Amino acid sequence: MRALIEGGPPPDGRYGPYGGRYVPETLMEILIELERHAVELLADEGFQRELARELREFVGRPTPLTRAGSLGESWGAEVFLKREDLCHTGAHKINNAVGQALIARRLGARRIVAETGAGQHGVATAAAAARVGLPCTIFMGAIDGRRQAPNLERMRLLGADVRLVEEGDQTLRAAIDEAFRAWVADPVGTYYLLGSVVGPHPYPWLVRRLQTVIGAEARDQVVAAGGLPDVAVACVGGGSNSIGLFHGFLGDEGVALLGIEAGGRGGEADPHSATLVKGTSGVLHGAMTPLLQDAHGQIMETHSIAPGLDYPGVGPEHAFLRDLGRATYESATDAEALDALRQCSATEGILPALESAHALAGARRWAARNPGGRIVVGLSGRGDKDLAALAGGADHG
Amino acid sequence: MAERVGAAAITAAIEGSDGPALCAYVTAGFPSPAAFPDVLRSVVAAADLVEIGVPFTDPMADGLTIQTSNRVALRAGVTLGWVFELLEASIIETPTLLMGYYNPFLAHGLEDLGASLVRSGVSGLIVPDLPFEESGPIRQVLDPHGLALVQMVAPTTPPDRLRWLAAAGTGFVYAVTTTGVTGRRVDLESDDLEYLGRVKRAATLPVLAGFGIRSRRQVEAVAGVVDGVIVGSALIEVIERGEDPGAFLEALRSKVPA
Repeated sequence: MRALIEGGPPPDGRYGPYGGRYVPETLMEILIELERHAVELLADEGFQRELARELREFVGRPTPLTRAGSLGESWGAEVFLKREDLCHTGAHKINNAVGQALIARRLGARRIVAETGAGQHGVATAAAAARVGLPCTIFMGAIDGRRQAPNLERMRLLGADVRLVEEGDQTLRAAIDEAFRAWVADPVGTYYLLGSVVGPHPYPWLVRRLQTVIGAEARDQVVAAGGLPDVAVACVGGGSNSIGLFHGFLGDEGVALLGIEAGGRGGEADPHSATLVKGTSGVLHGAMTPLLQDAHGQIMETHSIAPGLDYPGVGPEHAFLRDLGRATYESATDAEALDALRQCSATEGILPALESAHALAGARRWAARNPGGRIVVGLSGRGDKDLAALAGGADHG
Repeated sequence: MAERVGAAAITAAIEGSDGPALCAYVTAGFPSPAAFPDVLRSVVAAADLVEIGVPFTDPMADGLTIQTSNRVALRAGVTLGWVFELLEASIIETPTLLMGYYNPFLAHGLEDLGASLVRSGVSGLIVPDLPFEESGPIRQVLDPHGLALVQMVAPTTPPDRLRWLAAAGTGFVYAVTTTGVTGRRVDLESDDLEYLGRVKRAATLPVLAGFGIRSRRQVEAVAGVVDGVIVGSALIEVIERGEDPGAFLEALRSKVPA
């Protein structure tokens, strides 16, 4: 635990039994070099100054911590929202995208490739790539492209070459498969800007380092508002916004950490994306981690109303925190998330992303079990991107 | 008499080949589970080694041709267990490897994997998403049975690592001819041949070149440098068209242009 809190790369890229580097040999040296450069750059004062300036001037950090009085009154709790929805491009994804884009430029990359599910990472990457002056190609599942059409258009306006993936399940997982293939094809000139704390080492560590800013700010802000919370709650798809928030409180033993996965429609036989709740260990996209897989090791189709959570794997560090008992994970259904989204929108004047609405649903449930508790909820992004889905009954099938 | 199964049998088959050795990749259960035994018979008769692909939902090192064949096989219900049953019921004289992503092998259970491979007459594994650093657990179950874990090397592998990896595998060294996924057409340039020469010099085992091999001309180009070639996507395309895979492999060997 101490090693996790200190922030250096884990030995062998492992979080207990999870993590590692399960990739074609073509990528091994690239990953080894990326780790070496990332460690050097993140310790370099000049780079840190550049990153801090970009986070301040381009991203809009620090983001506020908003007291949610109406939600608090309704839930019988004290509720604070960490407002990543107020970041430039509308979600926490930009923290990571800007950091990695700066690294890519320092490494002399000729182009950036990335994958996107909800489109938020794609938009963030397109913006960051434009900012540092590198061309970028974004892979997006064709289904996600349809349900997140505004983000598709934003990426194109930001100068990205968006490739819709018609193969596989046509969602985030298929987009990651294709981004990997593009990277394998030109591993030296291409920088793969991975969007979550998943994939081969060093990405789970590197993305976490770049997202820890969320938890560091949230901790300072909530302490200034009267003291540490009883719980920090965030949604978990791959798990970058939640790991970023959790890390702020990892050393505070009195602060519970609660991750909320996507339970889908909630029926026993329905597809879902609750990997930590229901998955089993396996290897996908470069890491050993809990997966939604069948008895033969084939990866299952997933479902969530929130495209950013619709992924059959999860960050290996989350699995380790779960096994250590430091964090707990539950799921919220599509319907619970929608209900929480409507309540937050109508009573707080904040339209959260469908992903973030899962965290709100989980926080509300936690509040019911712990009356009078003090809660920080990671509001990972804003819901403008979901308007079409919400207007259309919020079910993509 | 050499062993019929195991790493040594693979090495012996390559070294005993008349000309550049041919390793043929076919996806298990493709074009259909019913037609696959015929495909396998045809390929076994023409190749020095046979690589049977275990289909996976997310084959990230493979191009569209092999991805599609994987999907077709999975839809038809092909599993690793099905492959083992088929091979147990067959007698194949040509050394056979399973090529597959790590997760289906993990799901099968590593403790049982060595015995399952031996029972079905498989000589070893190629696992493209398992670099040497992560291969300890699977080597522990293969080594006691004398089974091969073929090590891949790539053009991005630096010299020190190449020397180390070329000595670490068993069976043969799989030299990925190019960065990129399987199936992309490759024009072998002098740089590629220089790289293959470096692999050959670093290796004590035979070296086979794979990824993008689809013509007699390419086979000839690499034949003087390495010990043979692996043919995958081009062969799957032949099977997809309903043509005879054995005849295609024979044409790759033939002195007459295919």
